[in-house]
Amino acid sequence: MKLKVDGAVREVDVEPDMPLLWVLRDELDIKGVKYGCGVAACGACTVHIDGVAVRSCQTLAEDVGEAEVTTIHGLGTPDAMHAVQEAWIKHQVAQCGYCQSGQIMQAASLLAENPAPSDEEISEAMSGNLCRCGTFPRIREAIKYASQTMKGA
Amino acid sequence: MGKVMKYTRRAFLVGAAAVAGGVAFGYYQVQKPHANPLLKDKGDGDAVFNPWVKIDRDGITLITPHSDVGQGAASMQAALIAEELDVEFGQFKTDFGAPSPAYYNTALAAEGAPFMSTDESFTAETMRTVMGGVIKLMGMQVTGGSSSVPDSIDKLRTAGAVARETLKLAASRRTGISVGRLTTKAAAVVLPDGTALSYTDLALDAADLEPVNDVQLRKPSQWRLIGKNMKRLDVVAKSTGTQVYGIDLEIPGMVHATVMLNPRQGGELIGFDASSAKQMRGVRSILPVTGGVAVVADNTWRAIQAARAIEFDWGPAPYPAEMGGHWNILGDSFTEERLDSEWRNDGDVDANVRGAPKVAEYRAPYVAHAPLEPLSAVVKIDDGSAEIWVATQMPRFVQNNVALIAGLEPEQVTVHNQFAGGSFGHRLEDEHVKRAAEIAKVMKGVPVKLTYSREEDFAHDFPRQIAMARMKGAVKDGRVETYDLEIASPSAAESQLSRQPIDMPASADKQLAAGAWNLPYAIPNFRMRAYRALGLAPTSSWRSVGASTNGFFADGFLDELIHEAGADPLEERIRLANDDIARKVLEAVGEMSNWGSDLGSDRGRGVSFVSSFGVPVAEVVEVTNSDSGIRIDRVFVAADVGRVVDPVMFDNMVKGGVVWGLGHAMNCEITYSDGKAEQENFWDHEGMRFNQCPEIFVRGLENSAKIRGIGEPPVPPAAPALANAIFAATGTRLREMPFNKFVDFA
Repeated sequence: MKLKVDGAVREVDVEPDMPLLWVLRDELDIKGVKYGCGVAACGACTVHIDGVAVRSCQTLAEDVGEAEVTTIHGLGTPDAMHAVQEAWIKHQVAQCGYCQSGQIMQAASLLAENPAPSDEEISEAMSGNLCRCGTFPRIREAIKYASQTMKGA
Repeated sequence: MGKVMKYTRRAFLVGAAAVAGGVAFGYYQVQKPHANPLLKDKGDGDAVFNPWVKIDRDGITLITPHSDVGQGAASMQAALIAEELDVEFGQFKTDFGAPSPAYYNTALAAEGAPFMSTDESFTAETMRTVMGGVIKLMGMQVTGGSSSVPDSIDKLRTAGAVARETLKLAASRRTGISVGRLTTKAAAVVLPDGTALSYTDLALDAADLEPVNDVQLRKPSQWRLIGKNMKRLDVVAKSTGTQVYGIDLEIPGMVHATVMLNPRQGGELIGFDASSAKQMRGVRSILPVTGGVAVVADNTWRAIQAARAIEFDWGPAPYPAEMGGHWNILGDSFTEERLDSEWRNDGDVDANVRGAPKVAEYRAPYVAHAPLEPLSAVVKIDDGSAEIWVATQMPRFVQNNVALIAGLEPEQVTVHNQFAGGSFGHRLEDEHVKRAAEIAKVMKGVPVKLTYSREEDFAHDFPRQIAMARMKGAVKDGRVETYDLEIASPSAAESQLSRQPIDMPASADKQLAAGAWNLPYAIPNFRMRAYRALGLAPTSSWRSVGASTNGFFADGFLDELIHEAGADPLEERIRLANDDIARKVLEAVGEMSNWGSDLGSDRGRGVSFVSSFGVPVAEVVEVTNSDSGIRIDRVFVAADVGRVVDPVMFDNMVKGGVVWGLGHAMNCEITYSDGKAEQENFWDHEGMRFNQCPEIFVRGLENSAKIRGIGEPPVPPAAPALANAIFAATGTRLREMPFNKFVDFA
């Protein structure tokens, strides 16, 4: 089947029920998408499908269809970062960093939908993304900072 | 007297050697002014040359042997070298280096000595030094025990200074200008006329020189990196999905494997039926490994799907099948026979707990480590060599164990240590690496990547120790007079070492009492005894180890006694404090939290104080008893590490430690039924979520003379501060974790 990932059409030969997470990681070698729980309990595997944050571990390959899949690598690169990634660096959010691809994808989706979220709206949008290192306070700061910088852009 | 055994300048000897196209400045030797058979330099360290600083035509590499499990150890170690070497961030790369006894951890052993961290007596210092020697003889290259900073602070600065002075000597020889007229800046030796000779250009010259070991370390007032925010080296990679973790590795020709091991940990595999699994797409091989079965496939998901299709017949667990049996063992361990050590006996406890003392029993459950990156390892075994790619805190154990399985010598095994997606003690274990090696031995020449499913990671976590405490106490005239504290738990270190081919020294385990015996309080009658429980589930060190349970016990019941006395929780702790550094930490948190101010109705605040890994930490938690349950509003933390190496990393580690301590106290436990852990994934072992995270205010104090690490010490005070706050808000006293068994959280 064909998948649109980070702006490119990719041909994969996989079972229809293989989760998108594993298609991305093991078939397409897109390793910024992380495996954390496999049951949508941690958010480490979050990608965008047509701009909306979804858990790729619960999205079957066959269900993606014509939709555009965007991973952390499609959101921005070290040379051309998304405003949310810049905010994450400015606020030095990451500790182990393993959850941060998912956190950033979730936050970017939130800000695309709601450019100026309240504290409560941030909490609601982010509470499905676990961080075992406990970077939540800095994630909140970074989202608020990104909200400001994106407004100015 | 403490000075006698302190390191002299002679202690810092850094070797050098020519490497392809350059020079490497090598390992650090410990020498002592007095001959001591335990401390004598052994040949094994000398036989291996391992550098901290490598300079060749391609650039500068700083070796950072402490693993980076998210705490920023790679950046911190590089900064310590760079401080003296005069290189800037961006001018070097880092590498975890090869496993070597040369990188043995002196600070961790020192912390194992049975003395108060503030005790600088001759006996205490001698014991710390001897323990360091033992670790050196064992060549233990360990990341853990909040020891990366104390282990590195002098060694790595010295390595940087030696390299710098040797490069200056090389420049002097080349130019004829005396060393005293040369300076260094930004990876170059600068001549008086401003000409810069780059280190890479001087590397070959330096390789021919005896290293200049007679170096003077810069004074703190001259530091340009330490004490300032360095912006850690991995921040861009970790914000763009480009950081490579162990689980992300792709080695050419690699296969993907997973395992299903007996969920009754340590139990046998009696039989299995893989007939349907074998037929599944992508499956290459299904083979027995120790305690279970491995599936090798062409994709991780296919391997996991096939493993789930296997039917197993598992043997029984070598520990009680149900939790009642675990608690019974603990309850029966408060005996003379199980007494591991009496750590403190001030005054006359027995005489003062007669009559009607206050009594209590506290409990703490098994808890999983569950870092977000599940366990994984890549192992490739060939004839006469093996390679391992894994994120590990114990690279030499990994090297030795794979050598044993492959029938090789350790030096034939190469370990490529990787960045870890968290650890919290999980990667002190290497059972997964052994299983990967067993598969790789069958598949000679093929790199085998073993990935645990999250469920397998939970089932085969070696959790934090379960523990029980029994206490008695008495108050008099509004003061805490008597405190008798007894704690029973299994020894995580004993369990850990039982999985390694080395014997644990037969001595008391300080972690059984950590965070409880060392209360810095002048309670007139205070006794603390630790009991070692046997026959329980296997356990392992979990962020803050013994203090994670003992701190809750010790401070929680102290809070009860203070309330019994009718005293103010913070003021009574300050009054009791018999150590200035601890008192200042308590005073700081009182000031930060505006202790004593009115919080309004349905709210409460609790304070706690626990010292672990030499770091005194006080925390104040504020909660609201809302309609939807207890909400944690704000947390204030004061901790004294002697010197804050990086204020942002310090702030991050403290906040993370608070979230870790609170989250697990709120809702996490591993319970066994039918010998199997009942919790399978994050939905039933959740920890703190974003919406529950309080505002956290942090202050680092620098009154302590010794420089300490901060990875673990913020964890232990979090649970008792929360319990004490919930008591203040609701009148409900929580004596058992997790607290959600007794109260709801919003």
